[in-house]
Amino acid sequence: MKKTFIELTSILPTIAIQQIRNENIIICNSKNIVLLLKILKQHINYQYKILTAISGVDLLGRSYRFSVVYELLSLTFNSRIRVKLFVDEITSVLSVVSLYINANWWEREIWDLYGIYFENHPDLRRILTDYGFEGHPMRKDFPLSGHVEVRYDESKKRVVTETVELAQEFRSFSLETPW
Amino acid sequence: MLLKKKSLIKELKNFTINFGPQHPAAHGVLRLILELEGEVVTKADPHIGLLHRGTEKLIEYKTYIQALPYFDRLDYVSMMCQEHTYSLAVEKLGGIKVPLRAQFIRVLYAELTRILNHLLAVACHAMDVGALTPAMWAFEEREKLMEFYERVSGARMHAAYIRPGGVYSDLPLGLLDDIFLFINQFSLRIDEMEEMLTSNRIWKERLVDIGIVSASRAIEWGFSGVMLRGSGIPWDIRKSEPYEIYGSTEFLIPVGNNGDCYDRYLIRIEEMRQSINIISQCIKSIPEGPIKTYNSKFVSPSRSELKNSMESVIHHFKLYSEGMILPFGETYTATEAPKGEFGVYLISNNTEKPYRCKIKAPGFANLQALNDMTKGHMIADVVTIIGTQDIVFGEIDR
Repeated sequence: MKKTFIELTSILPTIAIQQIRNENIIICNSKNIVLLLKILKQHINYQYKILTAISGVDLLGRSYRFSVVYELLSLTFNSRIRVKLFVDEITSVLSVVSLYINANWWEREIWDLYGIYFENHPDLRRILTDYGFEGHPMRKDFPLSGHVEVRYDESKKRVVTETVELAQEFRSFSLETPW
Repeated sequence: MLLKKKSLIKELKNFTINFGPQHPAAHGVLRLILELEGEVVTKADPHIGLLHRGTEKLIEYKTYIQALPYFDRLDYVSMMCQEHTYSLAVEKLGGIKVPLRAQFIRVLYAELTRILNHLLAVACHAMDVGALTPAMWAFEEREKLMEFYERVSGARMHAAYIRPGGVYSDLPLGLLDDIFLFINQFSLRIDEMEEMLTSNRIWKERLVDIGIVSASRAIEWGFSGVMLRGSGIPWDIRKSEPYEIYGSTEFLIPVGNNGDCYDRYLIRIEEMRQSINIISQCIKSIPEGPIKTYNSKFVSPSRSELKNSMESVIHHFKLYSEGMILPFGETYTATEAPKGEFGVYLISNNTEKPYRCKIKAPGFANLQALNDMTKGHMIADVVTIIGTQDIVFGEIDR
């Protein structure tokens, strides 16, 4: 398997190929993602037929802020591969739902939690957060305590949304220096 | 009176109903928007996220050890399997070697957990379909299994027992004897459940040919675990990428023929039997030795060492205040959890906290196919299909 992996890299539209701890990683341009995944899925020597997961990563402070990571699995060759791409805040990523139908929810999840827009996605709604939620909670600049909290208001007889009020500022202990 | 042809044709509209979020057969807080044509489902739109607790976000603010108990609370019927995945991921990034006895204990408990999960899956599935008795029997057995949990960790469910570098503590005296007694009688308990269900006419009427997923469709939807094996694909991570001691244990992978709910039920029953087999192999050949690695940068020194050496006290204090530091790296580690492939995509950045911890839950991929699986079935079959997917919202909503 490893041999074919190296052989065919010349036809893959990649930026870099890495191998860390027996895990193969392909870094590609965000424009080529559909093409790359199509080759990886349909080429007879790869057959990465299963899309295991898509995850978003927020790399706050870099010019390409977000990373979208696709985990692929080939049952035929018992092999896993990870495809990564990097985008900035305003660029959208091409949806791969046309290739892998189960990318639907994974992309919805990333849109919900990171705010990365997926082009050509058939049904890009929020998925994990509440109806009418604002913001993208997995971004590194989104506070852990959130912006709003909900409670049941006895006088109004309904659930009300209020801004979070913390009795004490949220503390993050930096332990970089030994004390 | 003259009838006009136009007035005879009734305007028909599809009926849309809310299934859940509070429905006993929805296995938690699933809100399904069902579009019905008569009694036939034409579209099912699952709304998830009602149990979203922001686990992934919280983990980013916790040290590696503090993040571990969150994994118990994802899929709250197969607790230790998820701790196991996370521990394996941390060990991969830290380059930690786990002693052999700890690996045996981990496999032992992973298989006990598999029985724990499948008992609930089958019993609740039966209860949804209308057979109440197996649930009573299964919960009695689950109680015994949770007692085994309690005896090693002190907690019946959220054990936090399998930790990076090994397990929390050694097995108490006499536990293996009791597990041996348990597995000896447990195959009889499975027989009883099978007698009740396997050839039961009502059970078969409700399950056979319901929710058929072909092999190619199962691959397209990214299924794993029982859902994939039910469609006839012999894929099990314990066999294909063996971790811990699975490479040297002998067990079989049951595979379905038709990919319907009944096949998946049979597979769950057979997997329980195979788990008994693995557990008895573990009990037979479990070696003596340490139960966690000696590297004090990752694992606290033992209590007796703490009483005698200042160095150990410092290590203990640093480990439980600052936490362990993992070098730059990333890994996707997957194990065969009872529900399917449970994966952790962990990014470490040379600090004591994970930079990103993505949790790949098997139920998320399975539930996604619900629309596809229920289309054309009766509304009562939706309940059967939710049951066969073995949905637990802790892991789907995270």
